[in-house]
Amino acid sequence: MPPWLDDLLWTYQNLVYALGVNGLLALSMYVVLAIGQLSMGQAAFMGLGAYSSALMTLKLGMPFWAVLPLSMVTPVLFALAIGGPTLRLSGVYLAIATIGLGEVLRAVYLNVDMFGGALGLSGIPERAGLGLIYGALLLALVGLWLVGRSSIGRAMEAMREDEVAAQVMGVPVARYRMAALVTSAAIAGLAGALSAHVSSFIGPNEYGFEPAVTILSYVLLGGVGTPLAPVLGAWVLTLLPEVLRGFTDARGIVNGIIIVVAVLFLPNGLLAWRMRRRAA
Amino acid sequence: MAYAAARRMNDGSAARRMNDGSAAGRVILSVAGLTKRYAGLVAVDDVAMDVTPGTIHAVIGPNGAGKTTLFNLISGLVVPSAGTILLSGADVTTRSADQRARLGLGRTFQNIRIFGAMTVLENALTGLHARPQVGLLPTVLRLPRFRADEREAVTAARAALDLVDLGPRADQPACALPYGDQRRLEIARAMAARPRLLLLDEPAAGLNPAETAALATLVRRLRDTGTTVLLVEHDMGFVMDISDTVTVLNFGRRIFEGPPSAVRSEPAVIEAYLGPKVAARLAAGHRGGRGA
Repeated sequence: MPPWLDDLLWTYQNLVYALGVNGLLALSMYVVLAIGQLSMGQAAFMGLGAYSSALMTLKLGMPFWAVLPLSMVTPVLFALAIGGPTLRLSGVYLAIATIGLGEVLRAVYLNVDMFGGALGLSGIPERAGLGLIYGALLLALVGLWLVGRSSIGRAMEAMREDEVAAQVMGVPVARYRMAALVTSAAIAGLAGALSAHVSSFIGPNEYGFEPAVTILSYVLLGGVGTPLAPVLGAWVLTLLPEVLRGFTDARGIVNGIIIVVAVLFLPNGLLAWRMRRRAA
Repeated sequence: MAYAAARRMNDGSAARRMNDGSAAGRVILSVAGLTKRYAGLVAVDDVAMDVTPGTIHAVIGPNGAGKTTLFNLISGLVVPSAGTILLSGADVTTRSADQRARLGLGRTFQNIRIFGAMTVLENALTGLHARPQVGLLPTVLRLPRFRADEREAVTAARAALDLVDLGPRADQPACALPYGDQRRLEIARAMAARPRLLLLDEPAAGLNPAETAALATLVRRLRDTGTTVLLVEHDMGFVMDISDTVTVLNFGRRIFEGPPSAVRSEPAVIEAYLGPKVAARLAAGHRGGRGA
């Protein structure tokens, strides 16, 4: 590695990690939005991955190659439990239930000793790094791209446009909703485990309502036409506060204005083009 | 085009032979005691109806007679309060709409519900979800099975578009099609998986006379490919022209079923449409005057 790149990575290490992790979180949100559902539980699923993986590393001393895949198990189980009763209903029930999940989990992290209370869990060894984070992002991106450019992708887009028409065409909408939520929880859990193992500390407030809204805004800004769009949205929204450092106190305001303008004038997101759903 | 039509005719006779030879016998759709109650309203009231394979069967009735509710019950979008629905002899009363689609039931909607952002061909391709799917792993790994399935799907979708003469517009965005073409695209989408029974909900709504005549030709062509057609329609000329059997609903009840020629002279039907006074006057002396 040339010395200047080494310096750059050292200076902006946390930002580079955040870009990768937030990209994964944006993809986890995308999977749900792409079939026309709304989950506000991406931060909660991320927290489940972060806490469960941190505990596996700290308390059980498990090796990271085992911790990483297992970090997806807890969020997936919670997704199955929440999806069972709520996904049969249409409308905002999933969003409401997942907001509830996030708040309940925050209360649990705060009050149960095992999770370290308000102090969170610290001293998590740095086991993840650039390679793992960006490897996971690339894997998720390629996987979702291949799925998107297939009959499954067509079914997802059909559900997003008109769920009743999609169902009458034979798309098993109940199964797709559950599969999307479970996939989304798995990706978010993985992102949580990776971020916990590069930041050495996790706390209950990192996985509350506010981060859930931030994750949603990644996809709203980027779009759902392709899996690339939400990642771009995440990168813009992660970089923007850094780029706007010159505005000092007004930074938050400028940040907000840019997002509002983008959503108003780019209703389909920054990357509005959709993929051809035909691999022939 | 002529060749394609001829080939489809052959397919059709083969499909009809299969239908005739099936265990279901002479009935493709059989509903019995079908009832849907909403608070304070019985939308469909104890309806019985059998649809014969290879026919065009129309359901007519005044506004609010329960025709669309009946279609929603048959296609699985509305859960019945009572009654049974048999599709090719199999009880599908508790099956979901997508399961019924995979059992060979296709439908269109009264208000067009195409996928506007997709191309015309992609719309037709979504219709193929009623066929067995290759699954996630072969899809992600792009196994030969996935590629073969995709090729077959595109062939079937193009055939469905050719059936409604939309082949040349395959790569246009669906929302750019004129109204009449969007209606035909919905039919193509429903036909892509070659359903055994196709439900058309007011297919002639909003069409001009020339388009309606073309639609009649198309519906006959669909039947000739081996698909049984059940349709709801207000355009009486169209219904009388193409139907083999007509079922008349009024206030959710079946008041008549028979050939179109018998519908016009049935007092209960005249009363349902024109009211008791006109019906009585017609019965008293005007019978045959205007063919009513």
